[in-house]
Amino acid sequence: MNSDVVVSLQDLHKSFGTNHVLRGIDVEITRGEVVCIIGPSGSGKSTLLRCVNMLETPSSGTITVLGRELTDIDCDIDEARSKIGMVFQSFNLFPHMTAIENVCVAQRKVLKRNAKEATTAAQSMLARVGLQDKENSYPAQLSGGQQQRVAIARALAMNPDVMLFDEATSALDPELVGDVLAVMQSLAQEGMTMLVVTHEMGFAKNVADRVVFMDNGVIVEQGPPEQVIGAPREERTRSFLSSVLNH
Amino acid sequence: MALSKRKKAMYVRYAMYVVSIALLIAVILFIDWERLGNAMFRWDIVKEQFPDILTKAAKNTVVFTVLGFAGGLSFGLLFALMRLSSIRAYRWFAATYIEVFRGIPLLVTLLILGFGIPIATGWKWPNPYLQGAIPLSLVASAYMAETIRAGIEAVPKGQMEAARSLGMSYSRAMITIIIPQALRIIVPPLTNEFVLLIKDTSLISVLGVTAATKDLARFGRDGVNQTANATPLIVAGLVYLAMTLPLTQLVAWMERKTKAMSR
Repeated sequence: MNSDVVVSLQDLHKSFGTNHVLRGIDVEITRGEVVCIIGPSGSGKSTLLRCVNMLETPSSGTITVLGRELTDIDCDIDEARSKIGMVFQSFNLFPHMTAIENVCVAQRKVLKRNAKEATTAAQSMLARVGLQDKENSYPAQLSGGQQQRVAIARALAMNPDVMLFDEATSALDPELVGDVLAVMQSLAQEGMTMLVVTHEMGFAKNVADRVVFMDNGVIVEQGPPEQVIGAPREERTRSFLSSVLNH
Repeated sequence: MALSKRKKAMYVRYAMYVVSIALLIAVILFIDWERLGNAMFRWDIVKEQFPDILTKAAKNTVVFTVLGFAGGLSFGLLFALMRLSSIRAYRWFAATYIEVFRGIPLLVTLLILGFGIPIATGWKWPNPYLQGAIPLSLVASAYMAETIRAGIEAVPKGQMEAARSLGMSYSRAMITIIIPQALRIIVPPLTNEFVLLIKDTSLISVLGVTAATKDLARFGRDGVNQTANATPLIVAGLVYLAMTLPLTQLVAWMERKTKAMSR
């Protein structure tokens, strides 16, 4: 296997009861690649993303991240997750902690960094997302866009090898989307490996190295954005794109 | 012309006030206040109750309550976590325990554990405080387990997912992320449990008491026997109120505060 492969999914299936959400997914993501997953709601794209760090346990198939097979029962899933950053649609900041405590807590408890190291790293991550002056604010005192940027800083502070974004801007007011997308874009430019589930076609078009279109639990087509978004081959891709681009 | 709806409602409201005030006046006029005062509130007997009612009886009530609460909280947390466990045997055990202890009156539980177990096994309770406080805490833990479980379940699922996605283990996430948030939700209902416990300690005296382990209610009853007057019970009741009222007010204040915060 190519050592530059960061995430590899093989014949992944996931069912919730009788609902077959993922029906055989094969994907490889190489280091530094930015992959956007697009598709109609219910197509399984969020489930796919949540399988990559095993928030959902697949029904069958294998997940390999950084050479570790997460689906192997002997794999230390907590250790593996600490190298996989995740950003959620609903931010999920810890409301009883300030911004900087949010960024520090996993560094301290998981990476066992001391208070000084963790604080220094947290400060530089908050500065990176443009929130150095919000260190001591609680999540409730921040706007949605600021909360999401703290959440990105929290994930980055773990020095992850890959970042997962699960509709990171879908819960935001339109005027706050830009700040978050700008942070994501700069991350991509710095060479972070990213797997992004998104409805932002502009972001997919401008930032992604590869766009994956999913529908009904399978990958319908994938390729560079100018191909998948600019000149889709499949009828399902075309009808999806016309429905999202014309509203 | 028939009265309009709003006018009618207004007259009904006036009538209610008139009836209430008339009833109050009737009660004040027809009660034999002197007799009532002699039977239930004689100052000389009130004074006799002090200081023992505070230094001994109220102290014992507080000791039973605190022991019962501490035990109830620890076991309650344990059973709440078992109810939420992925291990089915734990869930069943905790659910059975909770249903059994919530379904049996405290008085019966006290008698079974306080008397029944020693008779059946020959084992003796090493300490009269524990004999009362342990059955009390076992019952309290059943109620608190449900309160704590509800509090933990009220923390959004995304919190656990975010903690796990950062590499925290389940127990680490529980301790650092979930339980601190659940605590805020469950402090008001737990304070109510505490008030209930204060009052429930009055049942412990059925297990028999020594002069040293008398609680407030028993102290009041014994006072009635000695003085042939109800005053000691009234005083005991007032001492209970002095303990419970500040706590219920505290709960009301906390609930107003959380309401204001979530607005």
